[in-house]
Amino acid sequence: MNTLGLYVPGSSWPHRLPAGPKLLGLLLAVTGVLLTSAPALVVAEVVLSAGLYPVTRVPWRVLGRHVRALLPFLLVIVIFQLVTAEWQRAVVLAGGLLAAVLLAGLVTVTTKVSAMLALFERLARPLDQVGVSSRRVALVLALTMRCVPLVASAFQECRDAYRARGLGRGSWRLVVPLIVRLVRDAEALGDAITARGLDL
Amino acid sequence: MIRFEGVRHAYGDRVVLHDIDLELAEHRIGIIGANGSGKSTLARMCNGLILPAAGRVLVNDLDTRKQGRRIQRLVGFVFPDADTQIIMPTVAEDVAIGLSRRGLSTSETKRRTTEILARHGLAGHHDHPAQLLSGGQKQMLALAAVLVTEPAILVCDEPTTLLDLRNVRVVARTLHDLDQQVILLTHHLDMLRQFDRVLVLDEGRVVCDDRPEPAIKHYQALMES
Repeated sequence: MNTLGLYVPGSSWPHRLPAGPKLLGLLLAVTGVLLTSAPALVVAEVVLSAGLYPVTRVPWRVLGRHVRALLPFLLVIVIFQLVTAEWQRAVVLAGGLLAAVLLAGLVTVTTKVSAMLALFERLARPLDQVGVSSRRVALVLALTMRCVPLVASAFQECRDAYRARGLGRGSWRLVVPLIVRLVRDAEALGDAITARGLDL
Repeated sequence: MIRFEGVRHAYGDRVVLHDIDLELAEHRIGIIGANGSGKSTLARMCNGLILPAAGRVLVNDLDTRKQGRRIQRLVGFVFPDADTQIIMPTVAEDVAIGLSRRGLSTSETKRRTTEILARHGLAGHHDHPAQLLSGGQKQMLALAAVLVTEPAILVCDEPTTLLDLRNVRVVARTLHDLDQQVILLTHHLDMLRQFDRVLVLDEGRVVCDDRPEPAIKHYQALMES
């Protein structure tokens, strides 16, 4: 898995499929899921979406992680719909969301970030005509993804430093050191991008 | 070759480099000095990351002020903290992105990536999350990601600061085996024993420019005074 818990290396046919057709397929499939209003069909879609995971040979825990992350939202939706509407509506909404997330997860676990970025760069190429660099758009997306673990680790270090000094959990007091650290990291990252000639 | 001509630089009121005139032509050049002596500013000027407030820096006769793009292709730069140098999520992707502006085919990019990773002890780590590599592996990745672009000169700003002794030796061996001209800033003085020339910086001035042994002695005496 990569730093964002997305791509899982493999050689299954979904892994080998180019990013473009995969994203197009995802778009069509999710549209189909969201247009489905029969509870039985929605349940079938969830089963089918989950059933695609073994094809990719990714570990079951990846599927479990996707479901676990969504569970609180599903619970809220189901409870709210059961209170305000009827169970069929709860199944359609919660099931539709689950199927859509499972399908999206399937694309992300089988597609490298670089392939996604190359696709986004191609899609953004028309923007070159109006002075927006598609390469920079792709670089910004790459950096956004790169920054997630960097921010998480900076937060962890600031919190640990705070605790190590016996000052408790820190809470809002961590904001200033965290921002200072992130600004410093951002500056270093900017220098690295320039030094590697990637901002040209 | 890198040439500093009357280079002066300041951050606000603090002058960090005073009228530096240097020609860096040797194959292996070390730069040592206390924290805040101006080493990093000097190193960053070698590939145009920092432009001098006065004077000029020439790399193979190209002015960093005017030909930054060409110079950044000529001069590779390795930072102290590999974490902030790694841009892409996986090892192979991070190496490959350095080649993305070179107009290479996908297969050629893949070939070069595989080759450089193998050469730097990262074979089999292609799809490994870069974030989860060990400190030594991260620094080797940072080196590989720069070297894959085949720069003529490599500037390394304290690349071993965060490494244990074993990894310091791995990095030292890697730098030793390179064909490129290497300019190394370090506090690991043993890494410089085989170098051709060592500069000692103190308060923004080159106070010693000599063979490794005398230069290191000068530096040690400076630190003890």
